[in-house]
Amino acid sequence: MMNFEIINRKNLTEGIVEMDVHAPRVACAARPGQFVIVMACEECERIPLTLVDWSCRGGWIRLVFQEVGVSTYKLGMMDVGERLYHVAGPLGNPTHIDKFGTVAIVAGGVAIAAAYPIARAFKEAGNTVVSFIGARNSRLLIYRDHIAKISDEVHISTDDGSEGFKGFVTQLLEKRLADGFKPDLVWVVGPAPMMRSCSVVTKRFGVKTIASLNPIMVCGMGMCGACRVRIKNEIRFTCVDGPEFDAWDVDWDELLHRLSAYREEESYALKLFLESRGIKVSR
Amino acid sequence: MMVKPKTRIPIPKRPAEERIKDFNEVAVGYTEKEAIEEASRCIQCPDKPCVAGCPVGVDIPRFIKFIREKRFEEAYKVIKERCPIPAITGRVCPQEKQCEKMCRLAKIGQSIAIGALERFVADWAEEHGIYIDKKPDQQIGKSVAVVGSGPAGIVVASDLARLGYQVTVFEALHVPGGVLVYGIPEFRLPKKIVNEELKKLKDIGVDIETGVIVGKTVTVYDLLKEFDAVFIGSGAGNPRFLNIPGEDLGRIYTANEYLTRVNLMRAYMFPAYDTPIHKGKRVAVIGGGNTAMDAARTALRLGAEEVYIVYRRTRREMPAREEEIANAEEEGVKFLFLVQPVEFLGKSKVEALKLEKMRLGEPDETGRPRPIPTGETITIDIDIAITAIGFNPNPLIPKTTPEIKTDEHGRIIVDKEARTTMPRVYAGGDIVVGEGTVIEAMGWGRTAARTIHKDLTST
Repeated sequence: MMNFEIINRKNLTEGIVEMDVHAPRVACAARPGQFVIVMACEECERIPLTLVDWSCRGGWIRLVFQEVGVSTYKLGMMDVGERLYHVAGPLGNPTHIDKFGTVAIVAGGVAIAAAYPIARAFKEAGNTVVSFIGARNSRLLIYRDHIAKISDEVHISTDDGSEGFKGFVTQLLEKRLADGFKPDLVWVVGPAPMMRSCSVVTKRFGVKTIASLNPIMVCGMGMCGACRVRIKNEIRFTCVDGPEFDAWDVDWDELLHRLSAYREEESYALKLFLESRGIKVSR
Repeated sequence: MMVKPKTRIPIPKRPAEERIKDFNEVAVGYTEKEAIEEASRCIQCPDKPCVAGCPVGVDIPRFIKFIREKRFEEAYKVIKERCPIPAITGRVCPQEKQCEKMCRLAKIGQSIAIGALERFVADWAEEHGIYIDKKPDQQIGKSVAVVGSGPAGIVVASDLARLGYQVTVFEALHVPGGVLVYGIPEFRLPKKIVNEELKKLKDIGVDIETGVIVGKTVTVYDLLKEFDAVFIGSGAGNPRFLNIPGEDLGRIYTANEYLTRVNLMRAYMFPAYDTPIHKGKRVAVIGGGNTAMDAARTALRLGAEEVYIVYRRTRREMPAREEEIANAEEEGVKFLFLVQPVEFLGKSKVEALKLEKMRLGEPDETGRPRPIPTGETITIDIDIAITAIGFNPNPLIPKTTPEIKTDEHGRIIVDKEARTTMPRVYAGGDIVVGEGTVIEAMGWGRTAARTIHKDLTST
């Protein structure tokens, strides 16, 4: 087996891919909450992906990603036996795992997979794990079985009401908190607007919240500063100082703003790419 | 009878108006005839002052003599005795502050163009397929891990591999070369040249593994179990910020991000390459070093109409190489001296930069006159800002290896022979000095290799 060879690949649902990649050094060093930088090809972007699972003995790491831009489309088109151009990691600081009591895991969309190893680690550390997972519709609720297996309770929401609570996962969390649910810690991952809402809610209820941030990243190792965020009004690099920060300290407006920096370029490149491959996308 | 020294043959450059339209190399290099003519100016001083000015000690008069005799292959071999990457150093060394500064001719006229001659020889060898790098016949049965494949790491790896050590270089990024690939632009140092020189490292038996972040993927402790010694050349590259209002606005880059996007990720070829970059019409680059010049000249090539270098002292105090400043001027970069940024203005994206006028006062701790605020401000309209105000050393390794002591600036503390405070661990280059040049880092690599060899063979 060659380094960075894809050894398993499956579509979890429309547009979301799970991939196991041979990367023994990364697999043996990985801890929950860390990520890798991946390049599908030489021309591709360096993209950060959270480690969803890994096996030191098996020499593999598991990645779950959504096809949203050119680089993730290219990654998604790769098949078993092909090699990724580059994988670097594990990067970032591992999640601070401890016995807190009750930990609420809040995750939305493709990030449900990213929450899985963290939820599992909290469970293994002896916490009661209560998971809140949400997606646009029931088909996009990936990793629900994984989450269910290591959670004491699972609460589900969908934007369209096709399963569970109809609305956002943060609204579901808010409802439960209002009903008297008192976790000792909230750990949240998902789209930045969702994490911001979560932060607003938990602040109101006074529950300490850790968010795993997902800014645009280039180097992933503290050199370029592309992933800088403001934490308590100080510049911090998500890649080396994070990716997890106290959600209440994050300047969410800045993060959202920086995330949209290349929106025009991204959609232009994606349009060109999809046209060149003759792919029609309804989304 | 007094002989008037001949003037130096200038290294040919593409015209400014042509070169700012692409990322191809600015200087085109000597022809054989030009090289021989320039080499013939060398007076072959017996005490070789130029060699003392070279951090890696290339026998300069000897290789120049071979050029004069049209024996280019021999000239190449002379350079390669001391410098493993002459095609690179011939292009990016600040010769005017080193070998050429020591040249006796500099005192009576113009120094020999040593850098241009070195480059000529290296390019000639590449063109003529001269490969003298091969794996040594005998291995000495010891292994060394080199962290970082920039200039310091390249020399350590090359020197030790030639002595018969098994050397593995660990590079965090997806291509080796460090600052030579992510920092220095294509138009100053083509990546093809870097690749060719690095290929020769592999020819002498050096393994290069990319995607390994020492401190994360493996620790220094892990490496010490596997290798007899570890050299750390992880470089600077932790950018500093101005810490002024508005620095979070859109389209404000650190020079490292800007240059990494363009050089390493090839954003100038977007969308053929996937990484985008904002091009901008009016660009302000803050800083006066080589990195600032690189960023400004890159911005021009990306199509900016106005590019400003914003510097708080005057041209005389600029740390950039004279040649780079002159190149930037020729290409139309505008220089605003004696101004200090005080605020970025704009709604969501940067729209203007407010600058406070400065005057020069008494020398500060760096020996340069201290800029003193005057209270008067001006504002310039911009749509891209790039900060190039320096770096701190990369903290990843010291952070994960407490035995390796650092100073208050985060630089790894070493003795004169590049030993860190941790046994069997050595360091050199920017991780030790903060911000130096390519050749200084190479000099560190040479020192470290010598010490490693001494330490590993003395026991």
